[in-house]
Amino acid sequence: MILEIRDIYSYYGAICALRGVSLEVTEGEIVALIGANGAGKSTLLMTLCGVVRARRGAVIFDGEDITRRPTEKIIRSGIAVAPEGRRIFPHLTVRENLQMGGLASRDPERGAAGTAKLAHKMEGVLELFPRLRERLAQRGGTLSGGEQQMLAIARAMLSEPRLLLLDEPSLGLAPLMVRQIFTTIREINESHGTTVLLVEQNAHQALRLAHHGYVMVTGEVVLHGTGAELLANEEVQAAYLEGGRKETKQGETQQRETRQ
Amino acid sequence: MSYREGSVVAYFLQQLVNGVTLGSVYGLIALGYTMVYGIIGMINFAHGEIYMIGAFVAVIGFTLFAGVPLVLALLLVLILATLVTGFYGWTLERVAYRPLRGSFRLAPLIAAIGMSIFLQNYVQLAQGARIKPVPPKIEGGLTLLVQEGFAARVSYLQICILLLTLLLMAALTWMIHGTSFGRQQRACEQDKVMAALLGVNVDRTISMTFVTGAILAAVAGVLVTLYYGVVDFFIGFLAGVKAFTAAVLGGIGSIPGAMVGGLLIGLIEAFWAGYFSTEWKDVAAFSILVIVLIFRPSGIFGRPEVEKV
Repeated sequence: MILEIRDIYSYYGAICALRGVSLEVTEGEIVALIGANGAGKSTLLMTLCGVVRARRGAVIFDGEDITRRPTEKIIRSGIAVAPEGRRIFPHLTVRENLQMGGLASRDPERGAAGTAKLAHKMEGVLELFPRLRERLAQRGGTLSGGEQQMLAIARAMLSEPRLLLLDEPSLGLAPLMVRQIFTTIREINESHGTTVLLVEQNAHQALRLAHHGYVMVTGEVVLHGTGAELLANEEVQAAYLEGGRKETKQGETQQRETRQ
Repeated sequence: MSYREGSVVAYFLQQLVNGVTLGSVYGLIALGYTMVYGIIGMINFAHGEIYMIGAFVAVIGFTLFAGVPLVLALLLVLILATLVTGFYGWTLERVAYRPLRGSFRLAPLIAAIGMSIFLQNYVQLAQGARIKPVPPKIEGGLTLLVQEGFAARVSYLQICILLLTLLLMAALTWMIHGTSFGRQQRACEQDKVMAALLGVNVDRTISMTFVTGAILAAVAGVLVTLYYGVVDFFIGFLAGVKAFTAAVLGGIGSIPGAMVGGLLIGLIEAFWAGYFSTEWKDVAAFSILVIVLIFRPSGIFGRPEVEKV
């Protein structure tokens, strides 16, 4: 078990965003976290990175309790994130954005050796995203949405994380680009052996890719199982695969039904 | 120096030399304002006091190293001044601003004004209110042009000030654009949460920004002490407001802006004093502040607020 989230409670001001969420991620797997807008998926990622502080509960990464650690320490222990909205540094060049990603590398080397190593790693990551190679000298803010998403993932990969957190990588992208991003995620998982926790609204694609999946509704995990199980699950199908825009309400009804 | 018909060019040249010298000093101080604004979005109104402390360290240093050869003494004073003011800059951020981060926007600004008053009075109490003289250290100079009895001169000290300023500005530009620390600092300016999510220690980066600004102000303080030969506990206020004007004129948050803005304010002040009135030279600088704030608040190099896709 590389990541274990135990009964986490998080708040935004007075609003309770996570109500006792528990979740497990096994090393080497892709785990998808699906749910409607506002279900608390992004909050969960931010809580596990220490940007949002958990009021109760614990986050165990690689056997260590990281719940109270400062964000940069959590990141430096081997977690990388391509967050919601991509958060590319708009005034840094693509190369500089990538170099920022190499900062949290667990085997940091200073001086010339470090620079050479980083350049080598950058080559490896650019293999995954050849489009970025042409854009290295361009400023991050000038990239298209799809390119920014690639950059966000590439940047996260440069620290050679053990656990990669992806928050809605398909959001706002054209179908072709979405397919490309999902293919790359699989490649990262299979050839680099990186464990992936993937937050998605695009439930169908995410569950097809994932080994395991969790369904969140208004701050709670209501269902979990293997990707295939969840894909076949009628409730999931009704709420996330066919339900379209009414998903939140249906999700809530389901939750009550599951409890009864 | 008087203005005569036949010495137009020489007189102009002299104002130019004086303006560039003054502008170098303002530029060095302005960098501290602009860097701090860039990273945490506040105006550090106590920055002028940091410069004043740098000047006082110079007075003490030159007294301390009176027997040492000039170049070595200058070097020692510069090192001492940067160490002391660097420490003050770091402490200032740590005790007065960091606890207020995340508070309402006005809070750190008020704290800055409070720290400014505190530091002024602290130096006044510790060092006395009398003006401290420093005997001239670097004397002599070059004559550039003689016209009708008016000689435009550039002193060795002025050359020294200009060269040291250029050197520091080049070093700073390299640090910002060529080092990992500079990259982290620019990343923090643009998105602190994301910087932290990439493993940047944001608090330490902010602290180091204050220290860098303080070091530049310290050098300005040492140079001014040599240039004017007098120091008192109140010099930080006027120099601070003028450097702030320079930073606003150049575009607050922009590093080349602070350099160019400093130079322009120095030139405006020198030419105003040279051609109109010495008594009214401060008015010229502050009129610029008002005009820029009204007509172009983003300054010369200011970039539009948001350009995220």
